[in-house]
Amino acid sequence: MKITEKDVTYVADLANLELSAEERVHMVRDLNSILGYIDRLNELDTSNVEPMAQVSDRYGVDESKQGSERFAYATREDISEGLRKSLPQQVALENAPDSDGTFFRVPKVIER
Amino acid sequence: MGDRLVDSVEPYNPEMPTSVAHVTTYEPVIGLEVHVQLLTASKIFCSCCTRFGAAPNTNVCPVCLGMPGALPVLNRKAVEFATLAAMALNCRIHETSIFARKNYFYPDLPKGYQISQYDKPLAEHGYIEVQASKTDAGSEKLRTENRELRTRRIGITRVHLEEDAGKSLHEGFPDSDEKTAIDLNRAGVPLIEIVSEPDIATPDEAYEYLTRLKEIILYTGVSDCNMEEGSLRCDANVSVRPRGQKELGTKAEIKNVNSFRFIREALVYEIARQIEVIEGGGKIVQETRLYNSHEGKTYSMRSKEQAHDYRYFPEPDLPPLVVDEKWKAEIAKTLPELPEARRARFVREFGVTEYDAQVLTVSKSLADQFEAAAKAAKNPKRVANLVQGELMGRLKARGASIEQSPISMKGVAASADLVESGVISGKMLKDLYDLSFERDQDFPEVYEAEGRPQQSSDTSALEKIIDEILAANPKQLEQYRAGKTTMLGFFVGQVMKASKGHANPQLVNELLTKKLG
Repeated sequence: MKITEKDVTYVADLANLELSAEERVHMVRDLNSILGYIDRLNELDTSNVEPMAQVSDRYGVDESKQGSERFAYATREDISEGLRKSLPQQVALENAPDSDGTFFRVPKVIER
Repeated sequence: MGDRLVDSVEPYNPEMPTSVAHVTTYEPVIGLEVHVQLLTASKIFCSCCTRFGAAPNTNVCPVCLGMPGALPVLNRKAVEFATLAAMALNCRIHETSIFARKNYFYPDLPKGYQISQYDKPLAEHGYIEVQASKTDAGSEKLRTENRELRTRRIGITRVHLEEDAGKSLHEGFPDSDEKTAIDLNRAGVPLIEIVSEPDIATPDEAYEYLTRLKEIILYTGVSDCNMEEGSLRCDANVSVRPRGQKELGTKAEIKNVNSFRFIREALVYEIARQIEVIEGGGKIVQETRLYNSHEGKTYSMRSKEQAHDYRYFPEPDLPPLVVDEKWKAEIAKTLPELPEARRARFVREFGVTEYDAQVLTVSKSLADQFEAAAKAAKNPKRVANLVQGELMGRLKARGASIEQSPISMKGVAASADLVESGVISGKMLKDLYDLSFERDQDFPEVYEAEGRPQQSSDTSALEKIIDEILAANPKQLEQYRAGKTTMLGFFVGQVMKASKGHANPQLVNELLTKKLG
């Protein structure tokens, strides 16, 4: 058992999740099962494989392009006209649980 | 940006008689984190406008509001600006850097994470040269002329790209006791974070570092560095240790400081506080502290323990950021001559002092104006001399900066040409400068208004004045004739005075010598 209930409580707290005692037991079990699987993967010798954080830098790219060109598809020019416009204020605030029509409003927080 | 999950703000009560002895046995160690907003037209990951002062929540879209499914697309200009700034700060640019998610909850961070860079930042290993006095003298003093200066190199650990958060307004609403208002216009504005090494030894050096940093960034044009509008923000990490000790003491982080002067004050206070705590047998707690500029004190901000666990991981929505040699070379082409190099050149080319070179390069636009004016003038050095000899003193007397000068660089150049070609005398120039300052008008306007005065080269008129002066001062004339030739100066002065400064001093000299000889 790598993950303890204490770990689950800590991570849940970081993620703003409220877990019942029962849910915590499930989480401990699920997370340990996932880590067990990772352990199995770790048995593979990957010393010759470059670490990959995401697939987008390895697949779906134009292999004929190198350097900055290769990822140019995922960048844009710095223009504010002619692209998709910002939302009207009213629309931006529409789904907010609380708003005064100008600002989003949230329960009091003390600045930094 | 992180630990803002605050429960309460607890004041530290400082009856703080820190003796000078303590200050010399302890050594402060300071590191600074500076956030600079980049002057792009649109945000870093979406095309919303970045302009300051728009109506709240009008420059927002699904991407910067953190709507589900919205994807970031990187603004190339932000990359170019960040790279340019990093180059100006002598950093090594990494060809490949990685965006990462910094996870924390705060209402002005709609996604619940900030897209930043973590273990693979855009640039590392830079530095800024600062000039610091050997003593801890105030930095105003160390900027004065001819003081013994030394150069210190302050390391820059890293420069990375990230997005800004929104703005929380805690006060100013009828229900501010219970509610915080959020404006997300700023969310997604591109920032660079510039992290210094803990190389800074005194509050004055911190001030100097920030001044130089701001100057360099302004020269590159990637930010307006406007602290009131939050375009430049600074946090300071500070600890103290017994002088000679290798290990660092426990540090405190000071936040919420909105001017360089306040940062210096906050550091002075915080260093004294830490020494006091240690001397009293206490321990420094690693914590975030807020600076209250009205009281001149820092206060502990009791934050939740979790605050520092950001669980960074690579941003799956963005591919690696690749700035290859070709792109880097294009960006490098836009790198202007930086202030330090320009100062050295001004000293060399125009013969100005170090100090005046500093003043003239305080902003890129001023340096450009000076240089253009000097080069267009008949004698560039005379322009420099007039700025130094006539303009600076008057500005100082008025307590004005050179940017507030009624006489522009062009005006100085025009006046320099008039003196150079003998149209006006030095004395007339002084009087015209005085009028410029009195009327708050540029030199050419005043010169016009005064009817384009010229120094008198009318020999017969001058000879008449000379005769009168000689007649009016028989005693001095006798002394001169008796061999006291220094009296010549007296007579020149009298003639100049009688001509209200309009006489050509050289001519007066000539005529007098002839007459007396």
